[in-house]
Amino acid sequence: MILGKVTGTVVTTISHPHYKNRRLLVVQPLILPGDPTEGDFLALDNTHAGVGDTVLVVDEGNGARQVLNNPDGCVRSVIVGIVDSLQIAELK
Amino acid sequence: MIFGRVKGTAVCTIKYPDLRGMTFQIVEPLNKHLEPTGPLQVAVDVVQAGPGDLCVMVRSREAALAMREHTFVPVDLALVGIVDELQVYPDNDFEFTLKKGLVHYT
Repeated sequence: MILGKVTGTVVTTISHPHYKNRRLLVVQPLILPGDPTEGDFLALDNTHAGVGDTVLVVDEGNGARQVLNNPDGCVRSVIVGIVDSLQIAELK
Repeated sequence: MIFGRVKGTAVCTIKYPDLRGMTFQIVEPLNKHLEPTGPLQVAVDVVQAGPGDLCVMVRSREAALAMREHTFVPVDLALVGIVDELQVYPDNDFEFTLKKGLVHYT
């Protein structure tokens, strides 16, 4: 699972049925000090997260299908948690 | 899932039988600021996108699951949505760097 920050919202009127009724958000993964900000992706929201929230994202299909309760869902990234706090003992 | 811009179409006469009836679009993968992130790729279209459309794409096994009839097909990139509205805030509005110790986010 990935820690990231929600930095944007996407609106799609025409989309696959599995993407209906949930918001699609732009997620930027958190980085270590000195690393470049890259590797942003889109994730379907299952937690009512908003822009600026630090979130926990599953970026793997089987977990996503389980979360969305759809065994044939064509979704790969799902936001499954909003992070309250992080405790990191050692960096690098 | 990532953004992609439709650049053109690909036509194949000879292809894996279950791929019949699918439309192949040539797409350019983009990041959230809509800057290209790699070479052009081919994606199967299930939302009738046209040239120049900004789309949402899904990779890997989930791309095959997006197909309408056969979902056990050799497809690893699919267009699953056409973007109408995109609102992305600038990177300096947020702090992406992890910090040592206890950090509260809410």
